Amino acid sequence: MAISLDSALGIHQPALEARIKRAEVLANNLANADTPGYKARDIDFSAMMQKAKQELSGLGMEKTHDQHMDTSSMAPDSELLYRVPHQPSVDGNTVDTQQEQSRFMRNAMEYQASFQFLNGKISGLKKAISGQ
Amino acid sequence: MSLGSIFDIAGSGMTAQSLRLNTTASNIANAETASSSTGETYRARKPVFAAIQQSMLNPSQQGLAFASDEGPGAGVRVEGIVESDAELQMRYEPDHPAANEDGYVFYPNVNVVEEMADMMSSSRSFQMNVDIMNSAKSMMQRILTLGQQ
Repeated sequence: MAISLDSALGIHQPALEARIKRAEVLANNLANADTPGYKARDIDFSAMMQKAKQELSGLGMEKTHDQHMDTSSMAPDSELLYRVPHQPSVDGNTVDTQQEQSRFMRNAMEYQASFQFLNGKISGLKKAISGQ
Repeated sequence: MSLGSIFDIAGSGMTAQSLRLNTTASNIANAETASSSTGETYRARKPVFAAIQQSMLNPSQQGLAFASDEGPGAGVRVEGIVESDAELQMRYEPDHPAANEDGYVFYPNVNVVEEMADMMSSSRSFQMNVDIMNSAKSMMQRILTLGQQ
């Protein structure tokens, strides 16, 4: 069996990337906590993972002609949705600071988990390469 | 990797909040600045915040359809500072050196209690942005240790 580094690392690499992207979106929500009319956003993590899985398994659509539409980049932020506010404020802002902050912290923890898995994969590969 | 942009986002939040704190400080400092006419009197100043969209930073994408609404955004900016048009306080103080011929002086329309609440809100928001930046920093530092024993 040929070892491809991409498949050896599995789902953890796109998971880590998704976590980083989500951290960016949540940081942006928190930076705009006092901006009138700002609508809080979040990433649909499961949709993003679904997409990553599809690409990993090679089931995604491929470009075989110059004039084909690039489906992977056509909707790069289709997972980026607007949050349904529990308590919208008078100025139209839908950021709930406490919730966003707890989500950011949780995302950071899950990022650490993904990181740990990825690290495990890499040290496994290292062991296999050095043959110990 | 877009962890770097979290620094920009949190940085823009800190800049905006410190500017808000600045206007609050200016308002409180000038809360008792009397003058003899309505035109000269200090008026409470408030910053107006607006979200930065990614397409603003990337002019090449501006022509694309839906480009304005895509992307997670890139922080917050201060669109301007507006002066409050609430009514000035007119007080009868004939002994005041700035009193007009009828003995009235005009005091700014600064509501000190409101300003104090605003001050707390902006300093909390500033702290929050610092926390975000610290988290992004530790996430980045962990990336650097990837693959090490």
